[in-house]
Amino acid sequence: MSDIKGTENKSAIPKDDEEKRVGVFVCECGVNIGGVVNTKAVADYIGTLPGVKVTSVNKFTCSDSGQADIQAKIKEHNLNRVVVAACSPKTHEPTFRACIEEMGLNQYFLEFVNIRDHCSWIHMWEKEKATEKAKDLVRMGVERSKLLEPLQASEVPVTDKALVIGAGVAGMQSALDLADMGFHVYLVEKEPSIGGRMARFDKVFPTNDCSICILGPKMVEVARNKNIHIMSYSEVKAVDGYVGNFNVKIEHKPRYLDVAKCTGCAKCSEVCPVEVPYDFNEGLGTRKAIYVPFPQAVPLRALIDMDNCISCKACAKACESKAINYDMEPSYTDVNVGVIIGAVGFKTYDPEPRHDFGYGLYDNIITAMEFERLLNAAGPTGGHVVRPSDCKEPIRVGFVNCVGSRDKNTNIYCSGVCCMYTIKNAQLLKEKRPETDHTIMYIDIRTPFRGYEESYNRSRNLGVKFLRGRPVEVTEDPVTKNIKVRVEDTLTQEMRNLEFDLMVLATGIVPNEGIGQIQQLLKLSKAADGLLMEAHPKLKPVDTTIDGVFLAGCASGPKDIPYAVSQGSACAGRATIMLKNKKAITEGITAVVNPDVCVGCEVCISMCPFQAIRMDEQAVKANVVKALCKGCGTCVAACPTGALEQSHFKNNQILAQVKNVFKFQEVAA
Amino acid sequence: MSGVAGQTAAKTDGWEPKIVAFCCNWCSYGGADSAGMGRFQQPASARIIRVMCSGRIDPLHVFNAFLEGADAVLVTGCHIGDCHYVNGNDKTKIKYKYLENVAHELGIEKERLQLNWISASEGEKFANFIRDVTAQIKKLGPSPLKPEGVA
Repeated sequence: MSDIKGTENKSAIPKDDEEKRVGVFVCECGVNIGGVVNTKAVADYIGTLPGVKVTSVNKFTCSDSGQADIQAKIKEHNLNRVVVAACSPKTHEPTFRACIEEMGLNQYFLEFVNIRDHCSWIHMWEKEKATEKAKDLVRMGVERSKLLEPLQASEVPVTDKALVIGAGVAGMQSALDLADMGFHVYLVEKEPSIGGRMARFDKVFPTNDCSICILGPKMVEVARNKNIHIMSYSEVKAVDGYVGNFNVKIEHKPRYLDVAKCTGCAKCSEVCPVEVPYDFNEGLGTRKAIYVPFPQAVPLRALIDMDNCISCKACAKACESKAINYDMEPSYTDVNVGVIIGAVGFKTYDPEPRHDFGYGLYDNIITAMEFERLLNAAGPTGGHVVRPSDCKEPIRVGFVNCVGSRDKNTNIYCSGVCCMYTIKNAQLLKEKRPETDHTIMYIDIRTPFRGYEESYNRSRNLGVKFLRGRPVEVTEDPVTKNIKVRVEDTLTQEMRNLEFDLMVLATGIVPNEGIGQIQQLLKLSKAADGLLMEAHPKLKPVDTTIDGVFLAGCASGPKDIPYAVSQGSACAGRATIMLKNKKAITEGITAVVNPDVCVGCEVCISMCPFQAIRMDEQAVKANVVKALCKGCGTCVAACPTGALEQSHFKNNQILAQVKNVFKFQEVAA
Repeated sequence: MSGVAGQTAAKTDGWEPKIVAFCCNWCSYGGADSAGMGRFQQPASARIIRVMCSGRIDPLHVFNAFLEGADAVLVTGCHIGDCHYVNGNDKTKIKYKYLENVAHELGIEKERLQLNWISASEGEKFANFIRDVTAQIKKLGPSPLKPEGVA
C-alpha cells in the first residue's frame, strides 16, 4: 500500500502502481434486490471486467455471514479494492468500511453501489431493464474503485459541554440527563420561562394527571442543577465549527429588568395600567405589559413587553428591589460546546387563516388549546369552561378531530396526539359537569400506547359519543350563536344535523416558528412537511446527518409526552458517547492543493465558506487547512488550473464513473 | 455523427435514454434514496453519480458525460438556503448559467441539461423529475453528441 495520505503534494500525484484486485459483492437484500434484479447475471457480467478477481452474491451482504464472505475473499484473493452493490451508502457504508478495515485494507478502498434504492425499488416491474441498469451501476463502481486512494479519517477533540436548544419537556430531559452524568449544559429557551408547551396543558392523557403538577417539579430540578445553565428568553444566533467544537452565539433578549434583582413578586404587574391578550392562555383573558409569564415560571422573573409598554414608569416606582431598566439592550454570550441537541418543539395548527370548520367566523368555535386553558384552574375562567359568545357554560359540546392533520389541504400526516387529547378533554368536562353532552367527530380513533385504549373505553363508559365522520357544513344560528353542523355518520351512512353550544377543533402539530432558522444554523435537512429530518427514521431516530447534532421531541415529527421524554434521554445518551470519549472521528475527505500547478489566483479562497484555504504568502500558493475543510469540493470545481483536487472525489474517479455509464455495443443494431 | 440518423430511426418505444444525474450527498442523493424507499417507480434511464456537494460538479464532468454518450445530464443539489456547506449550491447556480450557454453553443437542446433542487425527503419529486426528463428526451431521441456504437 502506498503512503500517499501524507502531504498535499504527494496525493496530487498518485504513485499507486499496485495491480488492482477487485472483489465485487452483490447483495440480494432478501427479495428487495434479488426479486427484481438478476443478481447472478450482474455478478457474472461484472466478473468479466478487467481487474475483477472475484464476485459473490449474498442474500444479505450486511449480515455476519455476508461480511465474513467479504473478509474471506479479501484474504483468499488478496483483494485491494472492494465493491459492495447493495442499498444506500448513507446507511450502510460505515458497516462495510469497518468490515474491510478489519482485514487491513484502508476503509476508503470500499466503493458502495446503490442497486436497491436507486434500482430494484424504483423499477419493480421492469426486471430486465433493472438488471441492465444494475450492471451499469456496478461497472461504474468497479472502475471508480480502481482509482480510489487511501485516506486517513481524523480524530477531533470534543469539548465536554453540551448545548440544548429548547427547554420543553424533551430538552429539559436531555439537559437533566447530561447534567447528571457530569457534563455542563447550556439550556437555551426563547420564551421567558422554561417548560414549553406542556406547561400550558391542563391535564395530560391517559392518566389525566395535572400537567404543571408533574412538570413544575422537573422545571425546578433543572433550575437547581449546578451543571445546567439556563438561558431563558434567549435565542441561538450563530453556530460555527463542527462536531466536538461548536462555537455558538446566543442572544439574550432584554427583559428590561435586572434578573438578579427581580424577585418575581409581581407588584409591578399590579400597578401596570396596560392590559393585552394573555399569550400563555392562548390569547384568552389578559396580562399586563410587565408580567411574570405564569405562576410556576422558571426563572420566576418578570419582563416588560416593550411593544405594549406606554412608558408610564409606574412599575419602576412599585418595584422595591429597583430592578427595572428601560434602556436594556440585547446581550450576547459565546459558548463552546462539543454537541448540540435541538429540542425546538412544535406549535399547534392555526385554523384562523383558512377558517377551518368556521373557526374565526363564529364565536363559539375554539381550538383544543383554548379549551385546555379554559379547563385549567389557573386559566382565564378559573377552570370554568364557558363559550365565548355569552360566557355561558355549554351543555352540548362537539369535537372535530384531525384539524390540520390527515388533510391534503393542510398536513397529510397524523399528529398522533389529537385523538387522545380530545378523548381526555371530553372526559374532563364530563366529569366536572355530568350534565354535559359530548360528541367527537373523527376519521379514525388512534389509541396505540399503554393506557390509551383504556382511556378511550372510559370516555365511552362516561357517555361520550363517537361519530365517524367529518363535518361538511358548519353554520351559526344568528340568534343563539349555537353551532349547527351537517355531518355524515359514515358508519350508518346517514346525514346528521347536530347543534352544539360549543365546538372544539382538535388542531394538529405543526413545525415551530423559527424551525427554519435552526435548520439553517445547524445545517440540518428539512422534510417536505417542514419538520427536521433524523439520520435514519428507524435506526438513528435522534441522530442527524450532522455529527454531534441530535434531535429530541416534536422537532422531528409529532410525538406525545412519553415519546418526547424518551427522545430527550436518548439524545443525552447518544451525546454522551462523544462527550465521554472526548473525541470524534471525522471524514478524511478534504480538498488538496498541488503547489506545482497552483498559480495563486485565490479563486478557491473566495469559494470556501469555511475559510479553510489560506494563501501561503511567500510561495504565493493556496494552502488547505485540513481541520477546517469540510470536503465539499466547491473550490476544486472552481480552480482554473486544476491544482485543487478533492480526495475520494477526484476528477479521474468521477470521470471513471461518467465513462462507464456507457458501453460499446458489441453487436450492431 | 453519421450514426445519429440510424439511432433516431432505431428509436422505438423500447429505447431508454441514458441520463447522467449528478447528485449531492446530502439532499438530492437522499431524495433518490427516498424515491426508492417510497417505491416511486421511474424509467430505468438515470445513472446517479454521487458528489459531496453540487458545488463539486465541474463543467469537465458535465461535458464529458455528453461526449461519452449521455442523452441528458442532470445537475441536482439542495434547495437554495439548505446547502450542507452553507452556499455551495449558490455557486452551482452561477456555474450552471455558464454550462447552459456552452451547451447552447454546442447545439445541445435545453432539455438535455437540467438543474433541479431536491431535498432528501422529496422522493416523489425526484421520481417525477426523472420521469419528466425521460419523456422529454424520448421525444428528442438520442443526443447528437453520442458517439456511434455507444449504449
